[in-house]
Amino acid sequence: MATAFSLPTALPEFILAVGILVLVLLGAFRGERSVWLVTEIAVALLGVALVVLLAGHGGTNVTFYGSFTDDPFSRFMKALALFGSLVTLLLSVEFMRREKIAGFEFPILILLSTLGMMVLISASDLIALYLGFEMMSLALYVVAAYHRDNTRATEAGLKYFVLGALSSGMLLYGLSLVYGFAGTVSFAGVANAVKDHSSIGVIFGLVFVLTGLAFKISAVPFHMWTPDVYEGAPTPVAAFFASAPKMAAMAVLVRVVITAFPGVAGEWRQIIIFVSIASMALGSFAAIGQTNFKRLMAYSSIGHMGFALVGLAAGTPDGVHGVVIYMAIYLVMTLGTFAAILSMQRDGRYIEDIADLAGLARTNGPMAFFLGAMMFSLAGIPPLGGFFAKFYVFAAAIEANLFALAVIGVLCSVVAAFYYLRIVKIMYFDEPVPAFDQPGLAVRIVLALSTALVIFYSIVPGPLTSAAMAAAKSLF
Amino acid sequence: MTVGLSHYLTLAALLFTIGVAGIVINRKNIIVILMSIELILLSVNINLVAFSTAFDDLTGQVFALFILTVAAAEAAIGLAILVAYYRNRGSIAVEDINALKG
Repeated sequence: MATAFSLPTALPEFILAVGILVLVLLGAFRGERSVWLVTEIAVALLGVALVVLLAGHGGTNVTFYGSFTDDPFSRFMKALALFGSLVTLLLSVEFMRREKIAGFEFPILILLSTLGMMVLISASDLIALYLGFEMMSLALYVVAAYHRDNTRATEAGLKYFVLGALSSGMLLYGLSLVYGFAGTVSFAGVANAVKDHSSIGVIFGLVFVLTGLAFKISAVPFHMWTPDVYEGAPTPVAAFFASAPKMAAMAVLVRVVITAFPGVAGEWRQIIIFVSIASMALGSFAAIGQTNFKRLMAYSSIGHMGFALVGLAAGTPDGVHGVVIYMAIYLVMTLGTFAAILSMQRDGRYIEDIADLAGLARTNGPMAFFLGAMMFSLAGIPPLGGFFAKFYVFAAAIEANLFALAVIGVLCSVVAAFYYLRIVKIMYFDEPVPAFDQPGLAVRIVLALSTALVIFYSIVPGPLTSAAMAAAKSLF
Repeated sequence: MTVGLSHYLTLAALLFTIGVAGIVINRKNIIVILMSIELILLSVNINLVAFSTAFDDLTGQVFALFILTVAAAEAAIGLAILVAYYRNRGSIAVEDINALKG
């Protein structure tokens, strides 16, 4: 039996949890005056947790009686989730101040959600999975409706809550069936129980579990909430939805199917392949007619989750390696694009129509270049990072003899290139509209840095690739 | 007739179906949706406790207790969002939730 509690194994989570409690007290005592102090401490906490996580010892450690695993895979995905939360928090400062909705609750909710993600990524039994999942989701419901005087934001929050609660109900029903028919809640125990004979009850439960997780990564057919929530929620919140929770949900999806259900790979592979193809197709075709940039990014994220699932469908270490790299590069691209959306403001008001980008190359050359690089990378054009992300997952799919899936994926990626390149065309060849206001420093730095990272990856892929390989190997 | 595991599972499956149907078919009121969500969570608890008793294994009951607490938090957050929405919109009819179009 594993140890009851070992502090080094869960040190980043412990730091975050204690920090959150302190911040809640600070906010409660000092009230609205504490907003910027709380935000600064929250950013520092995320940074400290990230450093502690990366400086931690290698290898695999288990604690909380085997329900919490700290291995290279969880460290890699946690680093991505922490990075996503950290950058969104930095991006949110200026937006919240200008829209006059700044409150000390926002950074605390982001931290709570991040703590839930870290528990979720490390979960190695069904109860920890459920608790991490809910801790992440409950905070997300609130941040979606954070702009509470705005009809669209509260409607986005309400829609997300209803569909999210339905999905967590389905996940839970699946977990109860898996527990009932496998007789245990630990992933290793479930894997042992389904190794020789898989009862129909476990498969039934697995389908429900996949439904709940597919909802969180907004894969088709559980994507309905995504465009509405991205459009209605405040832009930094949409950036958060597109980045960190996706990392956590994808990580737990990979961990569940690889470590708990290797015995029924044939069954879950069919589901993953279907979901993957449907997501890629919908993400490519539905985005074509969009005029709102945030809504376009919602369909784009649906499509990208489909591409990442191609690697999971392969079910091999190479496939998981592809998924992990895909998520890392997707995170950088999506944060960069949302930083660009947050720089779109005219006369002190935020705007989000694609038409407002017309002629950006002549009014603001650097921003047009950076956003153009993001679009090329999202479309998967070499030599940018987005190309390598797609390359790894498709290569893994072909090695696993999933030729049809790879071909459909490449075709969808060609269709998707249309709407990404249309934005580049609007920026560079259309008649200019009045220039944007000068954006804040954080937004400009994030945009420039993500462009640099996307280009840098194609020059020096070594560190990320080897870390991702170690992460993928630790699951098998 | 003795009441066995399969009876409890059937009951839970029925409650789960009613809950999902309540969310999907419901065209009137969001409060009904919140009630359906509770129904789903309770059906899961019946499942877990039934399995737990059948195996003589306490894990399922511990899980059920966790679900009860989380369900309470979820209901609180759902009602809070609903109140915020009602203040802006002046209605909680499902057909009025249409400011954002897919």
